[in-house]
Amino acid sequence: MRRLSVLLTILALVVASLASTGISYSQDKPFEGVSINLLTFTGPQIAEPLQRHAPEFKELTGAEVNVITVPFADLYQTILTDQATGTNSYDAFVFAPQWMVDLVNYLEDLTPYVENDPAIQWDDIAPFFRNFSAMYQGRIYLIPLDGDFHMVYYRTDVLEEAGLQPPRTWDEYLEVAAAVHGKDMNGDGEGDYGSCISKARSAQAYWWITSIAGPYIQSLGTAQGVWFDTETMKPLIDNEGFIRALEIYKETSKYGPPDEATLDVGDTRSLFVGGRCALSLDWGDIGTLAIDPTISVVQDKVGAVITPGATEVVDRATGKLVPCDETSCPYAVDGVNYAPFASYGGWSGGVSAGIAQEKKDAAYAYFSYVAQPAQANIDVTIGKTGFNPYRVSQFENLEPWLQAGMSEQAARNYLGAIQDSLNSPNMILDLRIPQNQRYQQVVLDTVLSQFLAGEYTAEEAAKEISDQWEEITDELGREAQREAYLGTLGIQK
Amino acid sequence: MEERPSLSNEPARYVLLLPAVLVVMFLSIFPLLLSIFTSLSNIKFVKGGFEVNYVGLRNYEKLLQGSQQRRFLGRFDDPGTFGWIVLAVFAAFMAYWLFRYVTGPRRRVFGLIMRVLTVIISGGLLWLLVRTSSGRGLPGTLVVTLIFVFSGVAAQYALGLLLALLVTQDLPGKRFFRVVFLLPMMLTPVGIGFLFRMLSDTLIGPIAPVWKAVGLYNFSWVNNPATARLAIVIGDTWQWTPFVFIILLAALEGLPTETVEAALVDGANRWQMFRYIILPQIIPVSTTVILVRMIEAFKIIDMPQAMTRGGPGTATESVTLHAYNLWRALDLGTSSALAYCLLFVVTFVALVFVNFIRQRLLEMI
Repeated sequence: MRRLSVLLTILALVVASLASTGISYSQDKPFEGVSINLLTFTGPQIAEPLQRHAPEFKELTGAEVNVITVPFADLYQTILTDQATGTNSYDAFVFAPQWMVDLVNYLEDLTPYVENDPAIQWDDIAPFFRNFSAMYQGRIYLIPLDGDFHMVYYRTDVLEEAGLQPPRTWDEYLEVAAAVHGKDMNGDGEGDYGSCISKARSAQAYWWITSIAGPYIQSLGTAQGVWFDTETMKPLIDNEGFIRALEIYKETSKYGPPDEATLDVGDTRSLFVGGRCALSLDWGDIGTLAIDPTISVVQDKVGAVITPGATEVVDRATGKLVPCDETSCPYAVDGVNYAPFASYGGWSGGVSAGIAQEKKDAAYAYFSYVAQPAQANIDVTIGKTGFNPYRVSQFENLEPWLQAGMSEQAARNYLGAIQDSLNSPNMILDLRIPQNQRYQQVVLDTVLSQFLAGEYTAEEAAKEISDQWEEITDELGREAQREAYLGTLGIQK
Repeated sequence: MEERPSLSNEPARYVLLLPAVLVVMFLSIFPLLLSIFTSLSNIKFVKGGFEVNYVGLRNYEKLLQGSQQRRFLGRFDDPGTFGWIVLAVFAAFMAYWLFRYVTGPRRRVFGLIMRVLTVIISGGLLWLLVRTSSGRGLPGTLVVTLIFVFSGVAAQYALGLLLALLVTQDLPGKRFFRVVFLLPMMLTPVGIGFLFRMLSDTLIGPIAPVWKAVGLYNFSWVNNPATARLAIVIGDTWQWTPFVFIILLAALEGLPTETVEAALVDGANRWQMFRYIILPQIIPVSTTVILVRMIEAFKIIDMPQAMTRGGPGTATESVTLHAYNLWRALDLGTSSALAYCLLFVVTFVALVFVNFIRQRLLEMI
């Protein structure tokens, strides 16, 4: 009997020991055995840092992160159909925050996760991205991983040699592009381009037109809105300001590569850092790609400015352009009305609400890991990540930028251009009403490509976009769309 | 002798056929019927699945008269002088064709109805072609598809026949070329699309130095609607000529030698031998291969998607690519309606080809 009790005691000790080992092990790697399918768009941008951090995360937590990519034009539909039909092939997504309005029903409310996660340093995320990109009706659904603004990049050496200043208005943009177009900018003996702007269809090119049209249409502050009349919900498209923007957009092609209409942003970035362009319109990516010695021949030769403005603005009662004055353009600087576009709002991560809790926890933990300053503040300095600054610390602490190879002057210039946009009282917000993807990625994108191809005049293109937007608004309900639109304009920055 | 009771042939036949019929019903008929319903509906994705609302013919109306009209049918302008001449010649030819049928010995009421329908539909397609090609007119995806089909299939047949005739000659290395000519058909169409996209790139493509040498540097094929369409027809022709080639080669090699030898004895030259001896004998195979290629060509999507994404604008967007783009935009109803419009056009063209053109050619032999 005594022998039996000794044996039982030893057995109990072994079991207790194994159990304690198990607990300890599971605390070390809390997501051991958990696998997450994360969907985003075909990289290398955005997908690259997500793929690069996955093995580190597995080492830390045991969770395996599979990054699956689809073309940008398919991303919205893939998420929506997967989640609506309950297929749930994907557990987490990195996508455009403006689509949140259509996808919010399928996303996990991340508010409690963020509240219990000091490591993410939520308050360090710039208020605009925290309040607009991440939240919907007061709840957090997305974790910002990127900050997006359009900016104009210019070659400091080329403009200096030509005795030109960086463009303040879109007319000046055309003048600068025309003046330097055809000059050899990279020393290969061949003429290069005055302007490189990605204009490919079914890509990300449809965003630029809003940056060009914005200062002609919105001048009374962010809440005025650039997309629709706030009373009638009529599109602010079929007017002289948008038509002028279309003309400028097309005219930039005169000073661009011959196949510009088929170039995606990756192509124009390559051309710019390859020294072939004097000007380009882009998100924050060119700034960091330009310091990468493996691909760039324009290190320390790149400047960035807030997107150009206009000296005329649309009178919304008549649709005509009128000169800016103190009443019509109260935020104008030296007579120029700027309207920087917070286009895209920054790639952000969301978690499917229809998956097991352990997967939700693991997916959130991964987004938190990627967004934490230790990773994020380095990622935003690497061009190929596609991640641009979105944390306060990334604007205040120049050290990571200097370590990445940017000169102090270049870093201040680059971050200054983003801050100028972020701080503008006349910043343009993304369209975030239901089915905004149809308005922009389907209608706007198609008609713009038809306009560039000469299928429409500027006037016809503006009318076509306006008519098709009206059709969608009528189909979805004018009043409901108007309420949604007003709701997004009232956002606090 | 007493007859043994046996299973009747009748039920056995049905039992044996049933599995095949069920498979066909399930894989072909059911989706076909379901897609008719889809084309008459508006489908929205909502939590838990999708919401289907019956909208009648509204999706078809959208394509033929509404917001998709310009993209599908094109932008119309008045036919110029040339356009009116083309239409007048077509009308005269059709009137003569109908007159001959009505006054001919084989006239039938059903035949007359079919011919009148043919005149109306083909006249409508020509009207569309003329009005979208005149002045400020712009071809829609339907006309673009017709351009791809007729120019592509014509080029493929001409080249395929030429290559087949060459390979039947007693030339050195013909066995090698017989295999080489088949290679394009074995490659994936999307790969060929990207290949031709690179080849047509005058800036950094593999044959950029050649473009530069002939003065076409800094020129983009895909910026101009005509050259972009030409690039796609060239790519499609490169891929599908081998298909025509291999079938015509088989037909040529199967021809009896006696007639050719007799023609040689009678002093016929090469052209006369081809025109009066070889061509009539390969017409049945030729018409079949043309029909198969036409039906396939109507569904072209991979080449324009890979090469130009349907651009510039919508200049190279085929009907199938248009339907695919609508599908990607989650407009499933209009996409299905468009697929049915294409089915209607393909069926019409195939019927006209089989009943009138092929029949006529076979009668001429």
